[in-house]
Amino acid sequence: MKRLEIKNIYKSFDGKGVLEDVSLTLSEGELVCLLGISGSGKTTLFNIIAGLTLPDAGQVLLDGEEITGKPGRISYMLQKDLLFPFRTIEDNVALPLRLKGMGKKEARRKAGELFEAFGLDGTQKKYPAQLSGGMRQRAALLRTYLFSGEVALLDEPFSALDTITKSAIHQWYLRVMERIRLSTFFITHDIDEAILLSDRIYLLSGQPGRIVDEIVIEEPKPRPADFNLTEEFLSYKKKILEKL
Amino acid sequence: MIKRLPSIIKHKGPDLLGIGGLLLLWQLIAASGLVPRYMLPTPKAVVLALIEDRALLWEHSLVTLQEAMLGLLIGILIGYLFALLMDRFEGLYRAFYPLLILSQTVPTVAIAPLLVLWFGFEMTPKIILIVIATFFPITVGLLDGFRHADEDAIGLMRAMGASRGQIFWHLKAPSALPRFFSGLRIAAAYSVVGAVISEWLGGFAGLGVYMTRVRKAFAFDKMFAVIFLIAVLSLALMGVVALLERKCMPYRDKGDKNETL
Repeated sequence: MKRLEIKNIYKSFDGKGVLEDVSLTLSEGELVCLLGISGSGKTTLFNIIAGLTLPDAGQVLLDGEEITGKPGRISYMLQKDLLFPFRTIEDNVALPLRLKGMGKKEARRKAGELFEAFGLDGTQKKYPAQLSGGMRQRAALLRTYLFSGEVALLDEPFSALDTITKSAIHQWYLRVMERIRLSTFFITHDIDEAILLSDRIYLLSGQPGRIVDEIVIEEPKPRPADFNLTEEFLSYKKKILEKL
Repeated sequence: MIKRLPSIIKHKGPDLLGIGGLLLLWQLIAASGLVPRYMLPTPKAVVLALIEDRALLWEHSLVTLQEAMLGLLIGILIGYLFALLMDRFEGLYRAFYPLLILSQTVPTVAIAPLLVLWFGFEMTPKIILIVIATFFPITVGLLDGFRHADEDAIGLMRAMGASRGQIFWHLKAPSALPRFFSGLRIAAAYSVVGAVISEWLGGFAGLGVYMTRVRKAFAFDKMFAVIFLIAVLSLALMGVVALLERKCMPYRDKGDKNETL
């Protein structure tokens, strides 16, 4: 079942084309990656899907309903965790529930139920400054999940982390995704990350940016920890590098 | 916290040394007769004057403090309202920001007599003067704070469907707290000084009135005593603000990163 559909998006700024005829789909429970080099219009597309920017042409559909230019339907997560320094982790994470009108206690309780699944147990009463970068990204992901339930946009969520932390958080991410249902649209410029996590990868390239290829990663999930050392992985990587 | 404690103790020594040294130097100069005794009383004489007039000073202090607190409170309310409106409506910001700055170029001492002529010798002109002196740092601090709320965080809240009011309540208002308190600390000091200045120009009670009286009697020791008292009151009020600040922003003390991934 298709959750998110992006149809024939065009966008230009000051006469300079940024996106040209971009179409994508995201199905139930899928993790789809948009891979592109810097300046290929990734973030513009991201803002269009979130409803913060209007495209010149094209549509964004969520469960068949048009949401083009309508914020408030899909939440996102950025490289910057954007946790509020003046709120405890539990209150940060519960924010989307509060915005929907839920009372403070109820929101905390409901958010609290997911702390364990996200490996965040014990951080409820802490402040963001007391957590490591990796832990903060976990909390940011939980907040995103609590907002949109099942469709989330992630814009280079782990690219600010160092290599070792990043690889640990990838393993964590794959584990969490076994337990919760999340259809995820993931933007990155890290090829390894894309192959490791995705079910499908769209390659965005050129100026204006357009989809040059779509690659399905056949390896079943959960994937072994050493997947990125296999022959298969490298052949995917080679294929992507040729296209970009 | 544990790390900071020794550093405070370490710094306390030199701090006290500075103040102690100054007092000693003052005592030496005054006692040596280098400056005529009636012009520069010794620290000891000042302390004695404080003790001698303690009942009277207490009464006057209460009046001054009452004015300062009331003026400060109204100043905060007006300051917050101004900042709120100017942040919400860009037009108001552009129309009033220059006026706001202009209002601060008029010295307090210059408008005080005018206020006395308009509103008499009771409390009203004093409160107005304090409000004028205190709302400015509050408004400017808050405006700055509201405008410095993280743009990306505002975008995220919008994407989550937050209303303008929710963005203000959950993000902008708490983001402005540190700058609000910086403004408030200045405003607290202004409020005491403002009260004293307004009392110089007329009134029946307060430290400013007491000051005028002892000045006319050339009682230098009492002058110094009341100056000292005013400084202490300002410091105390700033201390209360600092306490409030820590209470309102507990997250500021917590920065240890013991967690690992």
